[in-house]
Order: sequence, then C-alpha cells, then structure tokens
Amino acid sequence: MNPTNYLVLSAILFSIGAAGVLVRRNAIVVFMCVELMLNASNLAFVTFARTNGTLDGQVVAFFVMVVAAAEVVVGLAIIVTIFRTRNSASVDEPNLLRL
Amino acid sequence: MAVITTALSIATEGAPNPGEVVAASGTFTLTALLIAIPLASAALLLLLGRRADRWGHLLGTLAAAASAVLGVVLLVAMMGQPEDARTIGQSLWTWIDVGSFTADVALQLDPLSISFVLLITIVGTLIHVYSIGYMAHDPDRRRFFAYLNLFIAAMLLLVLADNYLLLYVGWEGVGLASYLLIGFWYRKPSAATAAKKAFVVNRVGDVGLSLAIMIMFATMGTFTFSGVNEAIGSVDPDTTTWLGLALLLAACGKSAQFPLQSWLLDAMEGPTPVSALIHAATMVTAGVYLIVRSNAIFDLTETAQLAVVVVGTITLLMGAIIGTAKDDIKKGLAGSTMSQIGYMVLAAGLGPAGYVFAIFHLLTHGMFKAGLFLGAGSVMHGMNDDVNMRHYGALRAVMTITWATFGLGFLAIIGIPPFAGFWSKDEIIKVAFAVHPVAGVAALLGAGVTAFYMTRMMAMTFHGKARWEPDVHPHESPAVMTVPMMVLALGSVFGGLVLLFVGNIEEWLAPVVGFEKAEPGIPVPLLIGLTMAVVVVGAVIGWRQYAMREVPRMAPTQVSWATRAARADLYGDAVNEAVFMRPGQYLTRTLVWTDNKVIDGAVNGTAAGIGGLSARSRRWQSGYVRSYALSMLLGAVVIGAVLALVRFA
Amino acid sequence: MSALATLAPVVAAGPIGVEPNTGETVTFWICATLAVLGGLGMVLSRKAVHSALFIALTMINLAVLYVAQDALFLGMVQVIVYTGAVMMLFVFVLMVVGVDASDSLVETLRGQRLLAGIAFVGFLGLLLAGVANAFDGIPFVGLTEANAAQGTNVQGIGALIFTRYLLAFEVTSALLITAAVGAMVLTHRERIRPRKSQAELSTERFTPGRHPVNKPSPGVYARNNAVSMPALLPDGSTAEESVPGPLRVRGDAGQADLLALEEAEHLAHHEAITVEDTAGAGPGGRADRSADRDAAGEEVRP
Repeated sequence: MNPTNYLVLSAILFSIGAAGVLVRRNAIVVFMCVELMLNASNLAFVTFARTNGTLDGQVVAFFVMVVAAAEVVVGLAIIVTIFRTRNSASVDEPNLLRL
Repeated sequence: MAVITTALSIATEGAPNPGEVVAASGTFTLTALLIAIPLASAALLLLLGRRADRWGHLLGTLAAAASAVLGVVLLVAMMGQPEDARTIGQSLWTWIDVGSFTADVALQLDPLSISFVLLITIVGTLIHVYSIGYMAHDPDRRRFFAYLNLFIAAMLLLVLADNYLLLYVGWEGVGLASYLLIGFWYRKPSAATAAKKAFVVNRVGDVGLSLAIMIMFATMGTFTFSGVNEAIGSVDPDTTTWLGLALLLAACGKSAQFPLQSWLLDAMEGPTPVSALIHAATMVTAGVYLIVRSNAIFDLTETAQLAVVVVGTITLLMGAIIGTAKDDIKKGLAGSTMSQIGYMVLAAGLGPAGYVFAIFHLLTHGMFKAGLFLGAGSVMHGMNDDVNMRHYGALRAVMTITWATFGLGFLAIIGIPPFAGFWSKDEIIKVAFAVHPVAGVAALLGAGVTAFYMTRMMAMTFHGKARWEPDVHPHESPAVMTVPMMVLALGSVFGGLVLLFVGNIEEWLAPVVGFEKAEPGIPVPLLIGLTMAVVVVGAVIGWRQYAMREVPRMAPTQVSWATRAARADLYGDAVNEAVFMRPGQYLTRTLVWTDNKVIDGAVNGTAAGIGGLSARSRRWQSGYVRSYALSMLLGAVVIGAVLALVRFA
Repeated sequence: MSALATLAPVVAAGPIGVEPNTGETVTFWICATLAVLGGLGMVLSRKAVHSALFIALTMINLAVLYVAQDALFLGMVQVIVYTGAVMMLFVFVLMVVGVDASDSLVETLRGQRLLAGIAFVGFLGLLLAGVANAFDGIPFVGLTEANAAQGTNVQGIGALIFTRYLLAFEVTSALLITAAVGAMVLTHRERIRPRKSQAELSTERFTPGRHPVNKPSPGVYARNNAVSMPALLPDGSTAEESVPGPLRVRGDAGQADLLALEEAEHLAHHEAITVEDTAGAGPGGRADRSADRDAAGEEVRP
C-alpha cells in the first residue's frame, strides 16, 4: 500500500461530503455531510502521520474530532432552536440571510 | 470734444452745492404719508378683494388725491424755507444692518423730488378720476385702482428715496406695477406678452442700476445721494465713467431709450389711463430723474455724458420717425413719448446747463402727453375701443371737448408759443445747440418731425372725412373723463408759463441739480425762428397730406422702405430677435438637448446600468445558504485551478 | 521531527514502499468501497434516518482504516466518540425534529445541482491531481518506530498531547465547555408566559381548527384493529387523524379495509349484512366488489 490510495479515498469522501452540503436541504443531513468532510480530512491526517513516521498527524486528527464534536453539539442545538421557531429543518427555509 | 468746448459759453458758476440735508420736522414729517396713503389703499383693495368692488375706485382716487393735497402742502411748506434748507431728510428706520453695510429707509424731500411728487400725484389723481369713467364697465376695476395706487406709492418711493438702494426698491416697484397694468387684461395673449416683454427689457436696465449700486458701495462705501455726491470727487475717473454708463443703462431700460426702447410700443396693450400715467407722464421719466439725480456723477465724466447725449438724440429721432408711421393712435403717441423722453435725456446729458430743462420738459410733457393720451382714450371710448386712426376722421363735431383738449395738447407738444411744450423744448434745443450742436440740429429736426406726426394724428382723428366702421356711433365721453382732460389741457396751455415765470423753475431746481446758463453759438431769436419754421413746415406737410387729401381706410402697402422701417419700429424688435432672442433660443435648445441627452443620458444611463447590474447581481444574493456554499466551493475550485495552472503550467 | 531524522536512513536504504502487505490491501479495498458507498448513500437517501445510518457505516469503515494505519487510539475514538456519541446525538435530534423531515427530490434552486456537480467534479479533480502530483512514489515511513518511542500508540499520542500540544489541548477543553454551555443556552426555553390555566386550555381547545375531543382511535370499524388502520367515520370516509402522526408521515398508514368500507356503506343505508353477500363473493370477491363499487359511481377513497 502507499499513501496515494488513502489520500484518494480521502479526497473522494471529502468531495462527496461537499457535494452533499450543496445538494441536501435537511440541515441535519447537511451536518452529516460536514462530518463526512471532517472524517475525510482526518483520514488524510492519519495517512500523513504514517507517511512521515510521526504521531503529530494523529494528534491533529484527534483535535479535529474534538472540534467536530463541539461543532455538532452547537450546530444541532441551533437546528433544534430553528426547528422550534420555524417548524422546519430545511436550510432553504430559514433564509434569514435575505432581507 | 474740442468743438464742443469752444461752442460752450458757460457761465462760470461753481458746481452745485446740494446743501445740507435738514432733518424733517413739522409739516415735513408728513413726507412718509405721501407714500403710505396710496400703499395702504392698494393693500386694502387687494386684500379685501371683491368686497371692495363697489367703492374700490373711490378709495383709490381718494388716496391719490390725499397724496396730491399732501404734496401741495409740502410744496407750500418748502417754499417757506430758505433756499439752502430745502433738502429735508426723514429717516424712517434702519432697513439693513450687516457689519459695515447699513441701509436706512430714509426719504429726502428737495425741490427736485417735490416737483416729481406733484407731477405724480396731481396727474395721477386726474387719471384716477378719468379711470372711474374709462373703466366703468370693467369687472376688475377695483384691481385696476389697486395697481394704480401701488404704482403711485412705488413711484413716490422712487423719487423720495434718499439713497440709491431705496430708489431701487421704488424702481422695481414701478416696474412691477407697470407689468401688472400692461398685463391688466391678462386674458388677452398680446397683453400678457407685452407685459412680459416690458418686464424682461426693464430687467436688462435694472442690471445697470444694480451694477451702479454695487460700484457705489464698492468704491465709496455708501449709496445715499448726499454721501455719493460728497465722495464721487475722489473716485477714479474710469470708475466714475462706468458708474455713469451703468446708470445710463438703467435709465435706458426704464425710459425706453435706445437700445432698450422696444417694450414701450407694446406696452400700449394696457388700458389707456395706464399708458397716460405710467407710459407717458411718470414712470418712463424715471430714467431722466435718475440721470438728473446723479448729476454729481455725470458732471465728472464726459464720456458717460456724451453717451447720454447720443442715446437721447438717437431715441428722439427714432421715436419721432416711428410716430410718423403708426396708424394705431396709442402707438403713435408711444413713439412720441419715446421721442420726447429722448429730448429729456438729451438735455440731461448736457450737464448743468441741461438738467433743469430736462426736468422742465419732463413736467410739461407729463401734462400735455397725459392729456393727449386721455384724449386718445376718450376717442377710443367713443369708437368701440378701435385704435386704428384710419377708421377715425371727422370726429371734431361729435367729440368737441376731446377735440379741444387734444388740440391744446397738440399745440403744446409741437411747441407753439405760448403753450407748455414751446418753453421747455425750445430751451432744450437752445442748450443742445450750445453744448453739442449736432444734437441741437437733431433736436431741431425732431421738432419738425414731431409737428408732422402730431398734425397727422390730429388730422386723421378729428378732421377729414369720416371713415368709421359701420356699427360705430362716436359720442363724447362723460364728464368724469372730460374734466381731467380739461384740467390737463389747462396744464398744456399754462404749464410752461407758470413753471418758468411764476415757479421760476431754474432757480427752484438749481440748489439740487445746479444751473449754468448756456448760450448757443447762434443768436437765440434766430434759433427760435428757425425752430418755429421747422415746426410749421412739418405741420403744414402733415396737414396737406392727411387733412386735405383722402386718407385710405387700409394702410397702403406700396410704400417706401423708410415707411416700412418706421412701421416696423425701425426694426428694434427684429434686431433684438436676431441678436439676442435667436441665439438665446439656439443656446437654450442646445443646452436643453445637452441636458436631456448628455447629462440626463449619463445620469440615467448610470442609474439604468447600476439598476440592471443590481437586478442581475441581486440574483446572486438569493439568501439561500446553499447558494452561498456553492459559490464558496466554486470559488475554491477556481482559485485552486488557477494556482495549479500557475504552478504547473 | 527527530523521529523523522532517525527514520531517514531507513527510508533512504529501503526499496520504494514498504513490503506489500496483502492483509492491509484487502482491508483497504473492502473498507474503502464500503466507506464510499456509505458516503454516497448518505447523500442520496431521502430520509434523514437512512443518511445517519449510512454515515455511521462510513465512520466505522474509517475507524478500521485508522487502525490499519497504526492509529489504534484514533480508531477507537472514532468508534466510541463518532459512531457512538455523535451519531447518537444526530439520531436524537432527528427524533426531536421529526422523522418526516425528509427532503423532496425536487431541487428548488435553479442550476444548483448542475453547478454542484461541476464543483464536485472540479474539486475532486483538483484534489486527485494534487495528491497524484505530490505523493507519486512517496512510500509510507511507518509508525512502528514512533509508536515504539513511547511504548505504544496511545502513550505516544498522550506524550505529544501533554507536551507539544498542551496549549491546544487546554484550549480544546475551553472549547468543549463553551460548546456545552452554548448548546444549553440555545436549546433552553424560558417560560415567558404564565402557565395556562385549565380554563384557558379548554377555551383554546374549542378554537376553530382545533380538535375539541379525543381523536378517534384507529380501526374502530375496521376488522383489522392494527394502529396503522384508520378508523371509518359513519359516512364511510376514513378518519385520517385516527392513525398516529409518525405512521402517517412515514406513509405507513394502512388502507382501510375495503370490506370494512363496504360494511360501513351498508350500515349507512340501513341494510343488513346478509350471509349471501359475503358467501357469494368467495375468496376472490374483493376485486369483484370493488368493481361493483366503481360501477355504482362511488369514488374510491384511499
């Protein structure tokens, strides 16, 4: 095996996640897509760690997980709040960015 | 100039000392009432509106009469004063007080202004009385009297102001009254246009007056008459000349002098009493008053004086020539007015020798020309407001009083002794011969032409065969109209004699305007004889042409170029149109086009462009998070692609 | 980086790439395939719950791949934290938000899918090109030495976290606390209105649009008494409200038994249900009966 395999997998997963963010409207699914992107990057980090023979990449991946967990907590809280007021979890629905 | 100076034989008296201004006390404190009474009456009549319709004309006439009585009282009081204490100042209130700039509303009553006051109020009162009859059937008679009173007030303010700024207020006031009265029948397009024309042309002259006031303030820091008279001596001669020329421009506008003469003929669209009061007797003479009042300035600048003489000479000939060709009786008289004011301006340009006679002629002219206009109004009144003299003829029998008063005015204007015009016009010709012989010859010729056109008018109107329109039944006017005409006829007969020999006008005015006796180069009796001969020749030609022969009912079309030119007001309007109006119109059209296409185009185009751009770019701002995310990702792709290209290509 | 220095001679000496590891290769291809399938499934499935399950699949496969790459600790964390806690959280929230929160297949933004596809291809192309360009021929150094330096992988990571990345670690703790507090603040609902009294509640119940009494229970007139069977109203129509909401939005509500419908019709017309009716129909009578109903001009109710 060589790093390219893992990195190609990581790239594919990241792109799928990105496309999912663009295509899906359910905020929860969008969040899942973001998680997928984070996981793809984690895979890349782990691969880098192995390529370089140091553990730093793994530590960074660990921190990414922590941050992702925090992000999920806050993000889902936001979704719940929006759902309460708007009765919808669609990212198109709360187009608050529009005047 | 050398020729002129040699022709001069001026008695060497010092420049006139205007005398100390004496503060008003006693009777003279009533000066302000002169203006206040007609002004209050005008305000009352305008504010009350229709409620005053029944008695408005009476109030207006009473107000004018009250001013006239007051004027007489003031005259008597002034005659009781010693000669050097006849300049009475009355400061009413401080009008403008800004830093070093102060202007008082202050009046100055002196022999010059009291002469005008009497002319304005007495002739004004007579014309008010006349108008009661003349305007009897006009539904807007009250408004007419309100405007007349407004005019009287403004004109009195003009002649009573003690400084140029306040004079300017009166100056504009009479301009306004003139505008309102020319356009009195504003539903008639020609009247509305004529009013506008008078206003616009007057505005050109007003620029001169405002320039003059600005020059005065800039160089002397004052614009009171006494202050200017004192300070003018130390002013740079060039500035003085420009000041004089600016004042002359103002006078040209107001007095219908060449080259701003064109409005006066059209101003005849107004009711005839207006023509008599404003456009013959008083307002149009304001220019003469201005020049005479500014004698201290003109005495110091020969160039400006010469310009005044040139303007006066040209206008007196122009007016007379125009007068010969007009079939409209009022326009004929208007040409005559121009011509006579030309005489006055000429006299005013002759320096201390002429000022007195300018005013003298102004006063006599005010009487006989008002009488002539009222006579014309009386004729029109009897002829269903037809003004074409070719439709008159043989009216002597049916309008005896009008014929008589008009005839006396006629004799006065052509200068038959001992009628009023003789004394004043003869003096002007005399002085003109003494100071500017060329102008003297022109004045002499003008007298002949005057005799011709006045005889023509007289003959066409009252003599010869009747050429009346079928449905016209000429009749004499009511007494309310004929009495003022008779009074003015008396003035035409005795005005000159009284002013010259009883009133001793030369000495009366000398303290204000100065007086120097000027002797013409040729003997005076010879000059008088010559003048008489010219006048008689003119009158005889006129009589032969229009009384002895048949006058065609239609104006002949096969006429000489001179007649055509005279009928076209010597192309004054054509010149104005070609020189000012057309280029102005082209300029405006170009500017409008530029404004519409270029500026508006740029502005609107920018707006439309931005609007279109925003309408398109608005779609980007859909408010959908996913759109934004998409653009972010696309942007990342583009940036990455560009970086890759730069790095590897 | 010292580790890298020590490994440098090994890299220089060894052949390109470590000894091919057949086990890892097999693992990679299986897990990679499953992970990609899971990702695609997440994006493409309509229902959020399915998406959640698909991403869980992907995450587990990724955990396997972490382990395969000598990242034992991360692999465990991935399973425990991600697949366990985070995905649980997702499912909880889905429960709160409602199972009906499914996307319609119709895209509302014009050109969004096309452009997203373009962006997907472009971005993937760039990434792949970059990876291919940067890692062409670069072998794994391997973590055997790095793990061995502190004993095990966990100890190695722990050493790094508590030495070199201590500050980041501490900051992370602050971040987590903030996130926890933030989530509480966001989801907390202050009672800003007084609690409704019983009178108010009953007044509200009778406002138009509300159902004043108990909703009908399912299957009252149905022979099938399952909860997914709607009740039949006296006029023969089905009472939609009688089926529980989640079943309804999931489309799991059953069709009212046509026989029961017929029964109701008979009742509505005060006709006795005769034996012949049912006997004559026989086992295959259902289709015949519905044909009869169509002939009678009756509308078939769903």
